[in-house]
Amino acid sequence: MEANAVRAAIGQVLATIAPEVALDALDPAAPLRDQVDLDSMDFLNFIVGLHERLQVDIPEADYARLVSLGDLVDYLVAKRPG
Amino acid sequence: MRASIIPKSAADLRVRPHLDESARQSFTWAGVRAELRGLPGGGINIAVEALDRHAEGPHAERIALRHIDRHGARRDFTYAALSRASNRFANALRSLGVRKGERVFLLCARIPELYIAALGALKTGAVVSPLFSAFGPEPLRTRMTLGNAKVLVTTATLYQRKIAPIRASLSGLEHILVVPDAASGSIPAATTDFSRVLAAGSEQFQVEPTLESDMALLHFTSGTTGTPKGAIHVHGAVVTHFATGRYALDLHAGDIYWCTADPGWVTGTSYGIIAPLLHGVTSIVDEADFDAERWYRILQEEDVSVWYTAPTAIRMLMKAGPELARRFSFPQLRFVASVGEPLNPEAVWWGKDVLGLPIHDNWWQTETGGIMIANTPAMAIKPGSMGRPLPGVDAAIVRRGAGGGIEHIETADTEGELALRAGWPSMFRGYLDQDERYRKCFAGDWYLTGDLAKRDADGYYWFVGRSDDVIKSAGHLIGPFEVESALMEHAAVAEAGVIGKPDPVSGEVVKAFVSLRAGFEANESLRLELLGHARKRLGAAVAPKEIAFLPGLPRTRSGKIMRRLLKARELGLPEGDTSMLED
Repeated sequence: MEANAVRAAIGQVLATIAPEVALDALDPAAPLRDQVDLDSMDFLNFIVGLHERLQVDIPEADYARLVSLGDLVDYLVAKRPG
Repeated sequence: MRASIIPKSAADLRVRPHLDESARQSFTWAGVRAELRGLPGGGINIAVEALDRHAEGPHAERIALRHIDRHGARRDFTYAALSRASNRFANALRSLGVRKGERVFLLCARIPELYIAALGALKTGAVVSPLFSAFGPEPLRTRMTLGNAKVLVTTATLYQRKIAPIRASLSGLEHILVVPDAASGSIPAATTDFSRVLAAGSEQFQVEPTLESDMALLHFTSGTTGTPKGAIHVHGAVVTHFATGRYALDLHAGDIYWCTADPGWVTGTSYGIIAPLLHGVTSIVDEADFDAERWYRILQEEDVSVWYTAPTAIRMLMKAGPELARRFSFPQLRFVASVGEPLNPEAVWWGKDVLGLPIHDNWWQTETGGIMIANTPAMAIKPGSMGRPLPGVDAAIVRRGAGGGIEHIETADTEGELALRAGWPSMFRGYLDQDERYRKCFAGDWYLTGDLAKRDADGYYWFVGRSDDVIKSAGHLIGPFEVESALMEHAAVAEAGVIGKPDPVSGEVVKAFVSLRAGFEANESLRLELLGHARKRLGAAVAPKEIAFLPGLPRTRSGKIMRRLLKARELGLPEGDTSMLED
């Protein structure tokens, strides 16, 4: 349930930055930026959006680990309070 | 308040800078040309100077490129190995029937194959045209069509996402050479495997006897109106690449050099591929996207000594905070330069505080082919200034007059257009098939850059803005017309006007104003639909980051959308002269 909620939140944030993308069409194991055209500004806005929506701190030093959608879900589920 | 000048003393200079007063006095372009090898019979070839000159000499076994893949694995290429690989590719192009002057387009991530292909193609006399991998299908189609692409080198991933949708419309494109996916090793149907083509070629190659005036590179850039312009650069430009690598970037033997610019743009070509190889140094090529921690790690672990980067990247590092930077140290770093848009004084000082070195801004553009104005190692920096003209570069501040003439502005601190006296070796030699647009860039002997600037009493130049509506975002020029055209393709859009909105990180972001056709309602879901529409066609690098609805756009009586007025209103500035505004 928690992972599903996180996935839905990712979808909502992504839809404001790259609305052309259907989350279901993405391979969760492949690098996100190979599948979605996100420049550095988009990626930063995406991370900021996730932070705001999920109230999770995402330090800069962790960005490199957040490569695929699966990485993001795992990371956010683990960091999310409750 | 910080001081307005950063002086330099001998203690600031770990190696003796190439550019001092005596080097400036004795500089001639002919003198620089004489240091290069040239071809038998008097010609010159960029790739021969960059590779073979070293591969056949004592530096053959030096590392030319160190590629770092996304997982951090390194792959090194010596000058000898890179020269052999480029010969293989050159032979492959010949066997495909590619002739001198024909166009080879490159659309790749930062991978070694890109460098091999660029240098190999230059050896055959083919013209190399780099494409930015963050372009969407439309900008790619426009550029390949205008540039008459015969061969495209790309990767399996980029092909699937960006080329497959437009392939049917690229009728002149005869060969698509695809670098296989690292994971699957497979390539798409109806393409040719780059690695097999490369493996089949001989390591010996007879270089095409190119002349200084032969076209070598085609770099597309954007204007205010109309289609992108293909700026033509010649093999003789290598003289400027060599001189500026020495005097603006201060490259010395033994340097580890990292240019973070993407080779899909002119900086990534002139200073990411060519200039470091000309100087026999080791270039770091990082395949991954920007990541603050990764970048600090690379600077530290690779012992980078000269670093050429961009304001947007520097400001993103600043945002990541000094704590991250303090976990690393950069004892080998001795010179840091930046280009793309003016570097704000805070960023210059940030370099001094966090990296231990101030950042040296410099100025040039696609048309100039190489750095023209720079803060160099031995010079005091005035933070916020682009520096002073390099040796061999004659710059001026001018005002355009009636009848196509210009008037020089000699009074210090007075705004005008930055102009350069024609004749430096890397000056563009035309816009492909657009002679009229090329001629309009010149007044007599002077090339008019379209950039507004001032010169102070010490001879330092200060960027003021563009004289046209071109947008500078994250160091890339974006033509508003290209963005407006894509938006107009959507059924809901009646009119579109696109401006650069000032942004603290990327300089400017693309903002679009649209008015809707009857029957469409301005709401969030339509806004997102338009954003997605634009992104699919244009790609993230060109598409607007913001879209706003207006009931109608301000137009002149002749029907042109007044972008300046949109911009003034966005910024809350006075609207200026609106006498041309339609009632």
